[in-house]
Amino acid sequence: MDARHTASASAPLNRRQLLKAGAGSAAALSIGFALPLSPRQAQAQASNTFAPHAWLRLTPDNRVTVLCGSSEMGQGVLTAIPMLLAEELDADWRLVGVEQAPADGRFNNPMFGMQATGGSTTVRAHWTPLRQAGAAAREMLVAAAAAQWQLPAAQLRTERGHVLGPTGQKVAYGALVAAASQQLVPSAPKLKASADFKILGRPTRRLDSPAKTNGTARFGIDAQVEGMVIAVLSRAPFEGAKPKGMDEAAARAVKGVVQVITLPFGVAVLAQGYWAAQQGRQALKLEWDLSAKPEQAALSTAQVSALLQQGAEQASAVAVDQGNLKHAVAESSKTLNARYEVPYLAHACMEPLNCLAWVQADRAEVWTGTQGSGPTQMVVSQVAGVPQANVKVNTSLLGGGFGRRFAHDVTIAATLLSKISGRPVKLIYDRADDMAAGFYRPASVVQFEGALDAQGRPSMLRADVGSPSIMAASGFMKIPENGVDSMAVEGLADQPYDIANLRIAYGRAEPGPQVWFWRSVGHSQNAFFLESFIDEMAHAAGADPLQFRLAALSKQPRLQAVLRLAASKAGWGKKLPKGVFHGIAVAESFGSFVAEVAEVSIGKDGVPKVHRVVAAVDCGQTVNPLTIQHQVESAICYGLSAALYGKITHKDGRVEQSNFHDYPVLRLSEMPKVDVHLVASQEAPGGIGEPGTPPLAPAVTNAIFAATGVRVRQLPIDPALLIKKG
Amino acid sequence: MSIQLTVNGQATSLDADPDMPLLWALREDLRLTGTKFGCGMALCGACTVHLDGQPVRACSTPLSAAAGKKVTTIEGVGASKTGRAVQASWVKLDVPQCGYCQSGQIMSACALLAAKKKPSDADIDQAMSGNLCRCGTYNQIRVAIHDASATLSQKGA
Repeated sequence: MDARHTASASAPLNRRQLLKAGAGSAAALSIGFALPLSPRQAQAQASNTFAPHAWLRLTPDNRVTVLCGSSEMGQGVLTAIPMLLAEELDADWRLVGVEQAPADGRFNNPMFGMQATGGSTTVRAHWTPLRQAGAAAREMLVAAAAAQWQLPAAQLRTERGHVLGPTGQKVAYGALVAAASQQLVPSAPKLKASADFKILGRPTRRLDSPAKTNGTARFGIDAQVEGMVIAVLSRAPFEGAKPKGMDEAAARAVKGVVQVITLPFGVAVLAQGYWAAQQGRQALKLEWDLSAKPEQAALSTAQVSALLQQGAEQASAVAVDQGNLKHAVAESSKTLNARYEVPYLAHACMEPLNCLAWVQADRAEVWTGTQGSGPTQMVVSQVAGVPQANVKVNTSLLGGGFGRRFAHDVTIAATLLSKISGRPVKLIYDRADDMAAGFYRPASVVQFEGALDAQGRPSMLRADVGSPSIMAASGFMKIPENGVDSMAVEGLADQPYDIANLRIAYGRAEPGPQVWFWRSVGHSQNAFFLESFIDEMAHAAGADPLQFRLAALSKQPRLQAVLRLAASKAGWGKKLPKGVFHGIAVAESFGSFVAEVAEVSIGKDGVPKVHRVVAAVDCGQTVNPLTIQHQVESAICYGLSAALYGKITHKDGRVEQSNFHDYPVLRLSEMPKVDVHLVASQEAPGGIGEPGTPPLAPAVTNAIFAATGVRVRQLPIDPALLIKKG
Repeated sequence: MSIQLTVNGQATSLDADPDMPLLWALREDLRLTGTKFGCGMALCGACTVHLDGQPVRACSTPLSAAAGKKVTTIEGVGASKTGRAVQASWVKLDVPQCGYCQSGQIMSACALLAAKKKPSDADIDQAMSGNLCRCGTYNQIRVAIHDASATLSQKGA
């Protein structure tokens, strides 16, 4: 491992700035790009492998193995990353395999400057470097064949894992392993024109499906080493709470329990197996002293709401202030006000959080499904007190991530427990631990004011947001000097409509629970806020919600295009079956543009049923359209779970939800039909893991308004408000 | 106390707490980690296995309830025609995303197809709605079940 590379992972980071910088163009990413080479000449580590750089291993059996430094959490990187390299290598896709890369600075995500997966960045960040990596390897193989045939390289071409000569010569890549390894690695390999792509842009089945259907796929929770013990951890309800009483002897008396360890933030029971550990925890009868922070001990959801309201009312950190709001109001034909609110949300990954850690004298090893292999290495190094170079991170498959697995709480705890006990410790959160551990999507309140001009066009928008700060909570970002957490206002501060008079302000409110990134981050609530309020404005103007948006998006051709496509595919404005209504919403996030039309009916009990969602997506050039379709569908399911059911609430300082009975998520019988339509595009690739989520909630609630005349201004949707009166 | 059961066709003897859920016997004692822990309360279906052919939630089934019975897990389900067909349809239709819930999904789907060769959408709703998926693979699951059903009837199974 190259220590210089790993050291760069500790550079100060601003995820948002990095995202912004990287989102501009693929060309920007190639600045400063260097193939992750060690020596000037590609020296094969073993003479039977062509490995010109960290990403590729080609063996004489013609097999191509691509190393993927990004974490697989369902979003398909274990397929997309090999596709990028294989395209420019002109590999035979049937012979391409993939391996999870170790934590190693050479696999840093260029958009983050660390080895991390999130922000829908993997394809965007690797679009250029991975293709360059494939092209460089291809040129070396060509050069090797050219030397053998004594022909100029320009006369050779490549196809499906072979180099071909002008007069019928043909050699498989595998036969060139040794010779290609002697070639210089080209510093500026030539990339294909997109018209010549044979792999990119074609629907391609996932490489990890077989393992995920026969029980052999290994997630963090499946890791095992000889001598390991299982730990469960009762976490303090909030920082500062202390154990008041516990029966350690009773816990230790449980068969299989080996140790009880008190950490600064909780009490763990270590045992020979999970069941014994849980029995031990029950026997412990742990009670907490909450007196250190009376306000936290008394925290309720009503209090959270009041604090957010106060934040919004006192919002003084100004993100955008342009035009003259008073003047716009004076000149307006109509004004409107509305308050919107969303709750904290848990990620509720199917795989409860877990980490196996083994700290030994001067080294440490962890096995975990993490979105941040690089940061994990750093954190374990600090907690274990061993040099970073001596920390091995085994990144397993992630049973869901959604941002939650970018946090290190479980890794820190497991590492501490291993260090203290001297054993390999696999810490497993049970569902209730997982749900109560914090790292929630921030609850948020927005107070809107809007105005329409004499022609019924939106002329003024004021938004005051009250919300906790992810930037402050992240530990690796800082709120900038203007006081605006850009994530709390993303989607609002950069709102796309032609509104000349605009003021977007942020008031930080910190009720206490730890907040974190959640699929689509600030867009997850701000698209609901904005696209609902825009719908309110459209209705106030007496306009069709689609036409109102199109007219006010005159500088946003890509948003207009997805709106038109979604509307046309959904049959917007056409007659619908009795009781079924349409709602539409659109949002740009993570470099992609998505419009969604929801088809909704309301049951007698007020429960909305979403029959179908039609999505139109412009995510630029595509890698794997099959993944795109499934990611958009996935993002819709995730957004619909939140819109219908999602809320983490507090009472007496504790989280009220503990499992899927009180934190319901969408079931198969509730899943709408989803149609995904792609806009053909030659633009730089956009992200795809998240952008399908933001427009979902407002598309549904706008349909509910069309159905009932009730404007849903708070999530999750309360069916009691939708019961037909009279 | 020793408990006898058959797991994926193999006679097995376990010296474990009879009250311990079958899930942990499979995952820890037998190291069959394909069966997943999701909720511990039979609310999510990730731990679904077959007990004498019937789908059960291993997280809430005491080991004692499996005594003398046949347990089939995701590691063994491919030994049956139905299991093979379902696994093949899952790959063909690109069903898994994160994949964590898919062992349970497949076990529930196999039990459905064993009971009903040509399930309707309503049958699928009923049989599969206890298996949660946070990645939203539900529509692909539905199509894959119909696809496996078609495969099985083609082969005259």
